[in-house]
Amino acid sequence: MIAPAAPAPSVALERDSSGAAVVRIGGDWRLRHGMPATASVERALQIAAARSIRLDASGVGRWDSSLVSFIVRLEEYCRAHEIESARDALPDGLARMIALAQAVPERRDARAIAARPPLLDRVGAAALEKFAGIGDFTEFLGEASIALGRMCAGRARFRGSDLLEAIQDCGASALGIVTLISYLVGVILAFMGAIQLQQFGAAIYVADLVAIGMVREMGAMMTGIIMSGRTGAAFAARLGTMKVTQEIDALATMGIPPMEFLTAPRLAALVLMMPLLCLYADLVGILGGATVGYSMLGLSLNTYLHESSNAILTATFVGGLVKSVVYGVLIALAGCYEGFRCGNSSSAVGDAATRAVVESIVAIVVACGAFAVLFHILDI
Amino acid sequence: MATNPNPAPRAAERPVHIEVRDLTMAFGSFVLMRDLNFAVRRGEIFIIMGGSGCGKSTLLRHLIGLIEPAAGEVLYEGRNFTTAAVEDREAMLRQFGVLYQGGALWSSMTLAENIGLPLGEFTDLAPDEIRQIASLKLALVGLKGFEDYYPSQISGGMQKRAGLARAIALDPAVLFLDEPSAGLDPVTSRLLDELILELRDSLGATIVVVTHELASIFTIGDNSIFLDAETRTMGALGNPRELRDHSANPGVRRFLTRGASLLETAPKDG
Repeated sequence: MIAPAAPAPSVALERDSSGAAVVRIGGDWRLRHGMPATASVERALQIAAARSIRLDASGVGRWDSSLVSFIVRLEEYCRAHEIESARDALPDGLARMIALAQAVPERRDARAIAARPPLLDRVGAAALEKFAGIGDFTEFLGEASIALGRMCAGRARFRGSDLLEAIQDCGASALGIVTLISYLVGVILAFMGAIQLQQFGAAIYVADLVAIGMVREMGAMMTGIIMSGRTGAAFAARLGTMKVTQEIDALATMGIPPMEFLTAPRLAALVLMMPLLCLYADLVGILGGATVGYSMLGLSLNTYLHESSNAILTATFVGGLVKSVVYGVLIALAGCYEGFRCGNSSSAVGDAATRAVVESIVAIVVACGAFAVLFHILDI
Repeated sequence: MATNPNPAPRAAERPVHIEVRDLTMAFGSFVLMRDLNFAVRRGEIFIIMGGSGCGKSTLLRHLIGLIEPAAGEVLYEGRNFTTAAVEDREAMLRQFGVLYQGGALWSSMTLAENIGLPLGEFTDLAPDEIRQIASLKLALVGLKGFEDYYPSQISGGMQKRAGLARAIALDPAVLFLDEPSAGLDPVTSRLLDELILELRDSLGATIVVVTHELASIFTIGDNSIFLDAETRTMGALGNPRELRDHSANPGVRRFLTRGASLLETAPKDG
């Protein structure tokens, strides 16, 4: 059975027998079916230059909030333009609903907060916020250093199980993704090198290229980038959530310094695990290179590995590991810092995680550049 | 429970435990409350009340040092908490127990571990003794047998009670409760009130409660402060029942009678 079509909501400005303006409202008012704009009535009122109107809702069938909103808006317009308005034949429930909507006058200062300040104000405020951010980060860095110092001295307050959990999280649990990425990076390096070096009959040097590339730069860097996406974001989200749920406050008011309790084990875990992961990534990358050397260049595995091991100097090897430690510190600091300064809402937690990842990746790349210059000066 | 061998002295004779002097709470240039002055006596249940958003919880956060005051100071037993050095402040913090609005249990730990953490940090108890105390505290709040549950495995009301168990883990001298009965059903809420009274009588703790549940306010409150959002300062200070009947401030009477005093004074409108 098809329901009869509901009469559309209608509004009309008319003159009654005495010449007074009447706004006649009729039809079914349903939010789902849209609502007439007050603008047309307002225009009609302007043209008619009416000083008083009467609202006649006797033709209204079914109604909901759309009609309430319409009448409230129209009456506000009338008040603003000094037009007297009277109501006639409003359904009882409707009149009560309107009374409820008008019961509490608008807070005059409520909209002031929403107003957008001028551009110059916003630029200034953003700059001040950035400067304050530098101060905050310096303070955080100091506190984290003290916490780590106390941890090394064995005086920090944290749970051993938290450290072990963080180590597992930053170590064993990351092996799968580190394996995949490092292997592929090794393959890519070898593949790119092979195409060029084959032209000169120097295919064997692919082994040198991959070995030095992985050990010196790519092992540490790829591990760093994986860990910032995996662990740095997790740190920020975890600490941010703890901030939102007041768990960090609960630590602080119990006299347990959150910095020691939360940051120290995470920082320590990353500092311990990053060189191990980096070492592992180096090996897997070289194996990736060997796969290409063996299958594409026809080099024997023995020759390839021998050439690789000759290419890696101790200084290069140690340099790579040192880098990975520094990257680990950067990731942990970015993650924990963003977690601690997270706002008090669920979207703030997401923002904190995003910022942690972005900041740690930028920091890693900048540090990588700094290392390149430093190693060049030191002639490593 | 046996009758308390050391009945609390009359309210006015008790020594002052917490003193707040000229406290102004502000966020940047926005002043939330100014010139708050009040004292909480030892063993008293002190209620911080006021309408939503007037700064009740913020005042509590000032009292426990989570927010630094824009002006003024907070003293505990005459010692200045606001200006105390880090070590002194940590020592004072150890006298506090705080129940946060949502419980704020550490989600990666079981209930027993939550309660055991402060015990492990600040006492020389052996692990099994800590566990025993944790079980006792859970039993006090009616959660015996839930030692190995994680906070996410229990209901909101239970989390709140577990939060209270953690707050009383070290038998604190001052207990701060932020909206303890919000979101609880009436029966649980009343049981919580009884528990709060019991804790005060048995431990002799000073208890500061942020709440706007009238039933709780009248049942447990010895003394109270009303924060007036309109004037941005203290609206009234005193016993809540007396304030309800005799306060000169109509806002306070309106609050304490759920707006019923409005009907007496407000002109009738059609």
